[in-house]
Amino acid sequence: MQNKAVSRPDLRARKAWVYVKNNWQLYALLMIPIAFVIIFKYAAYPGMRIAFMNYKPAKGYHGSPWVGMETFQKVFKDKSFHTALKNSLIFNFLDLIVGFPVPVILALLLNELRFERYKKVSQTILYLPHFLSWPIIASVMLTLFKPETGLVNVALMNAGIIETGIPFLTEKWHWAVSYLLIGVWQNMGWGSIIYLAAITGIDAELYEAATIDGAGRWRKIWNVTLPCIRGTMVTLLIMNLGRVMGSNFERLDAFGNVQVKDFQYQLAIYIYEKGLAGGNFSRATAVGLFQSLVGLLLVLASDKVAKKLGEDGLL
Amino acid sequence: MATQEKKGSVWTGINRVRVSDFVIAFIILLLSLTCILPFIHVTAKSVSSNTAVMSKAVYLWPKGFNIEAYISIFKDGQLTHSMIYTIWVTLLFTVIGMAITICAAYPLSIKGLKGRPVFAFILMFTMYFSAGLIPEYLLYKDLGLLNTMWVLVLPLCFAPYNMLIMRSFLSSTIPDSLYEAAKLDGASHFQTLFRIVLPLSKPILATLSLFYAVGRWNAYADAKYYVTTKSLQPLQYLLSNMVLNSGNDAISLAESAAADTTPEVLQAATIMFATIPIIMIYPFVQKYFVKGAMIGAVKG
Repeated sequence: MQNKAVSRPDLRARKAWVYVKNNWQLYALLMIPIAFVIIFKYAAYPGMRIAFMNYKPAKGYHGSPWVGMETFQKVFKDKSFHTALKNSLIFNFLDLIVGFPVPVILALLLNELRFERYKKVSQTILYLPHFLSWPIIASVMLTLFKPETGLVNVALMNAGIIETGIPFLTEKWHWAVSYLLIGVWQNMGWGSIIYLAAITGIDAELYEAATIDGAGRWRKIWNVTLPCIRGTMVTLLIMNLGRVMGSNFERLDAFGNVQVKDFQYQLAIYIYEKGLAGGNFSRATAVGLFQSLVGLLLVLASDKVAKKLGEDGLL
Repeated sequence: MATQEKKGSVWTGINRVRVSDFVIAFIILLLSLTCILPFIHVTAKSVSSNTAVMSKAVYLWPKGFNIEAYISIFKDGQLTHSMIYTIWVTLLFTVIGMAITICAAYPLSIKGLKGRPVFAFILMFTMYFSAGLIPEYLLYKDLGLLNTMWVLVLPLCFAPYNMLIMRSFLSSTIPDSLYEAAKLDGASHFQTLFRIVLPLSKPILATLSLFYAVGRWNAYADAKYYVTTKSLQPLQYLLSNMVLNSGNDAISLAESAAADTTPEVLQAATIMFATIPIIMIYPFVQKYFVKGAMIGAVKG
């Protein structure tokens, strides 16, 4: 099929044409998803130009004046943008630091669990929160943690541990902790699957050898299991670092309320409130573009780092 | 612990159930409880009497059994309508999404297809760089999608990540010799797809359909962005409006509810109404999700 060094260009073109003709069905199939992404995704790219315009919805693309980098200059001076950026970075980093080890530990524990049936059932239960939407999780948590009537506060008050209810989700510092822990909780089971898969792939002989050498359970975890899943851990850590600019609108929106605005105000919320709700389309687009660009750079950088370290990488 | 192990012979060391086994089992038990007790509590609250809930006496078991709240949800009709609508949107989304995913994954799984890297790049790039909320909003406005059901179906229904999973499934499970045999028998690519590839990839089709369905069922940001018509809003959005933002929807439901139903009970019932469908099918489909996650983990 593949031939070396075709001298004449038209012969090459003819070959390519014959190839396409023989495989036209494959290309025809491919055109469907390609058309889809072009119509619903790529077609939005030209719209990014309103970041460089003073866009007025009434005037449209053609009637609105170009302003160059003015919108960006305004954005970078904007106090609320600083808050949103700072909150996004801080919360995403904290998410990573708090959230990263938990699935690893859970996978190790599940792997050590001896009672098979029990293990199956508890895995099913632990994966559950991943499948529930953020409104469901947030409303269930609100029911549990309300200062006056929430189950947790009522139980603590009845036990005499606290006098008045703790505002878990309605005071910003408490909120920050609850928000992070709920995020960890929601993802721990699902996140452990990938490590369990990696652990399953470990050669049983390594454990046998360790046992013969007199290694106990904790030694084996430390000296066999952990080193063997290190690659997976590094890859995931780097990939998560690449996503540190992103923010999950649904999670933030579901847990949002007036009292916690100071912390809940992150980039996704900024873009929504300034743009769709506030009508400042140019500014929201500029922030979105900034977020997308930095996000892309971070993903590329993290992919490079992962590959340098000899891991698979993402791309 | 290590010294204890050294005393016994190797095999008893492996098979003996030790204290640490129970410690681990106990930790897992606690974690599992955190995943299930909140929902039991809300369920209990939703079928308890108002006086019991008001006096904060309901923990994990209903007190003064009463399904008044569910009756008023059905009477009000808003949530039931939204449920049926969301099921319909989810089905449509899943079917279209799967069709497109197959169209993308099958050609891209064929080794040596010319232009494969370019096509793959075009399909995946949007995963890493999106135009952003406003440009997409303006695009869907120009396409006349705003405030229609289709804005919840078309923009999101091709997920590049799902295509990746399917592609790596195809290239790892279907041997090249099978394609060659089909070719020798004179099968066209379409015939190969329908007679060989699809029948062999039933497990991954089930898994990805579930990924699509659950994704659509749970998402509500796009509805918040693009849909203002109340009758076109999906269930999760309605839930967030009723319980979290305590907007007008909550009031309208409370008004139509019987006078002796408190907001507390009604809220709990609303939450459970939106949660029960997922919890009911979840135990049966869970294993497919895990399979998908494993494949995604290998090459993601």
